[in-house]
Amino acid sequence: MQRSVIETAASLLETGVCTRVLGWKTGEFFYDVTPAVFTSAEEVRKDMVFTPFCGANLSKYLIAESRKEGKIAVFLKPCDTFSFVQLQKEHRICRENVYAVGVQCPGMSDPDALKALGLKGLTGCVQEGDTLRVDTLYGEKAVPLADALSLRCRGCKSKRLHDCDAIIGTQGKDLQTSRFAQVEALEAMTAEERFAFWRKELSKCIRCNACRNVCPACSCETCVFDNPDSGVQNKAAASSFEENLFHIIRAFHVAGRCTDCGECTRVCPQHIPLHLLNRKLIKDMNTLYGVYQAGADFETKPPMLAFTLEDPEASIITQGRNGQ
Amino acid sequence: MKTWNLSQLDDLFAAIAGRQTLYIPADAAGQPAFTRWEPGLAMTRALNTGRSAKDLFFPQVENLAAFQISGKTISVSPAQSPEEDYVIFGVRACDCRSFDILDSVFLAEPADTFYQARRAHATVITLACTEPEETCFCTSLGIDPQAPGGDISCWMAEGRLYLQANTPKGEALLASLPDLGEGEKPETNPSVFDKLPLKDLDFSVFQEKPLLDWFNSPLWESLSQSCLGCGSCTFVCPTCQCYDVRDFEGGGTVRRFRCWDSCMYSDFTMMAHGTNRPTQKERFRQRFLHKLVYHPNNHQGQIGCVGCGRCLQKCPISMNIVKVAKALKEGSV
Ligand code: SF4
Ligand code: SF4
Ligand code: SF4
Ligand code: SF4
Ligand code: SF4
Repeated sequence: MQRSVIETAASLLETGVCTRVLGWKTGEFFYDVTPAVFTSAEEVRKDMVFTPFCGANLSKYLIAESRKEGKIAVFLKPCDTFSFVQLQKEHRICRENVYAVGVQCPGMSDPDALKALGLKGLTGCVQEGDTLRVDTLYGEKAVPLADALSLRCRGCKSKRLHDCDAIIGTQGKDLQTSRFAQVEALEAMTAEERFAFWRKELSKCIRCNACRNVCPACSCETCVFDNPDSGVQNKAAASSFEENLFHIIRAFHVAGRCTDCGECTRVCPQHIPLHLLNRKLIKDMNTLYGVYQAGADFETKPPMLAFTLEDPEASIITQGRNGQ
Repeated sequence: MKTWNLSQLDDLFAAIAGRQTLYIPADAAGQPAFTRWEPGLAMTRALNTGRSAKDLFFPQVENLAAFQISGKTISVSPAQSPEEDYVIFGVRACDCRSFDILDSVFLAEPADTFYQARRAHATVITLACTEPEETCFCTSLGIDPQAPGGDISCWMAEGRLYLQANTPKGEALLASLPDLGEGEKPETNPSVFDKLPLKDLDFSVFQEKPLLDWFNSPLWESLSQSCLGCGSCTFVCPTCQCYDVRDFEGGGTVRRFRCWDSCMYSDFTMMAHGTNRPTQKERFRQRFLHKLVYHPNNHQGQIGCVGCGRCLQKCPISMNIVKVAKALKEGSV
């Protein structure tokens, strides 16, 4: 897979299909890849990688990159293609300037997942079938690939690659995973327990804005929380109320547009399970307005933009269309 | 040297907490952080906290004053500076060195009185490292993780805690804990530090060349190209020191507070005419050159990084001071 990604990228540049390639660049360690734009096949062969640690979703960079001169090729995993389609639906990407290469995804691993298994001092890693052989400062450890999977890949919703000009690997299908299980567990709590859960999680927030800045659905030129004239601008929360509000408002702002790409939770330096907020809204919208997946196609109207007389009033009823 | 049985660490914490407020690194919702000790709170097994120990001297949000407005009169009540003595246990050598860097900024005249008061009231107990992460590079900045410093240095070895006072404040605290035993710390094996992948970083070149050479490097464009402009690297960094002053308005009362700021943010040092760092490239350059060039130039060569590795672990796009320093160095030869 790694080899075909690199060779595809190099040949797209060599044959002039594109002038730039947006991909992942190797780092100091085996896991710390950085999104990067490559302009020559040489650079690609030297520094570009596609490993189980290329979690970063590159689609948001296309907002800026697709507005530049010339065509850019981009490599997208299935979940990234949902963001790619959603961003186009919101008219944020100039599609004609993009050559999209879909890469079928075996599931991405995560250094945090390795550390959660008790591994320390990660210095190297090779994949052998279903096993990762991880070199550490304290000796070699074999880890089943499944145990190293990042959180979001454990609840992968689909392996389908949307709107790609070329595909590496095979086209995939939508999956049935139990991605709402934790939301259901939260719903089963009492209001006090749930409040305590979220207070504990959200009080860890350092308001670094990484969740917002990485989010493909958060593409406003100036976020309401950065606008000094908005009255809600807050660089740091002055109270716990404000701290909670940031997250809840953000979840509502992306409701119906969040593709559940998982980037927010991946990047949070404080390991706050932000995806649970978004998944709660996705689950509620599915129940109230019928199943909808943001970024799955160009046609379906998002529930927050569509209105029918049969729509339940979520604020005054507690039962959805199908009585659930 | 004093010693204590590690299996009764809780009793030692209780004894300290009986005298002063005690903070230890503990897991809070899965994330290690310096936390006020209460009976039952266990020390984290993680090497270091997510946010650094600087929080205890320079908190993320701190009240400065309150204003009460009624008619045409405004009454001002300045915030009280902290007056309580407290102890921080378990500070790593890297974080301890960061206090020197913060001191050189906050204690320079005119001193920051809030920071000064917190520093004066704190007793810092450090803890030697035995199991570094691959991201640790304190040793390449001249820090000895096995001689961590502070008011009292601690080592954990063979089921015991060894404590060595380094300052009168540290001695006074140890003397107030009469149940401590006497003992000599056994030799520890530091060979793992020789295996650290980043142990040979050398930052000296950044003082050898003129500032403008670094400033005008063509590499900033590509180094900063995927930076999200979030504040993760800043807010986890033990040496970042910038803050903003804000007003929190509520009817007739205004609360003036300061909060951490990040040079990665678009409104950092915003002035009436706008911002002097219009794109992420300039903001990104500010963060790294401040640590590698500006701070050392103004403070006798003291580099503004302690090699704690937090920014290596936390940056969403894995761009960090090590990659930047290496790229600039390579690009300059
Ligand atoms: S809210 Fe999180 S999961 Fe949803 S689109 Fe944004 S980054 Fe992705
Ligand atoms: S990434 Fe995490 S810590 Fe940063 S603002 Fe978002 S929730 Fe808070
Ligand atoms: S720049 Fe990075 S490694 Fe250096 S002190 Fe700050 S967080 Fe630690
Ligand atoms: S950087 Fe050095 S002092 Fe800090 S935690 Fe790592 S080994 Fe310990
Ligand atoms: S370098 Fe990384 S952590 Fe720092 S602002 Fe840029 S993306 Fe965020």
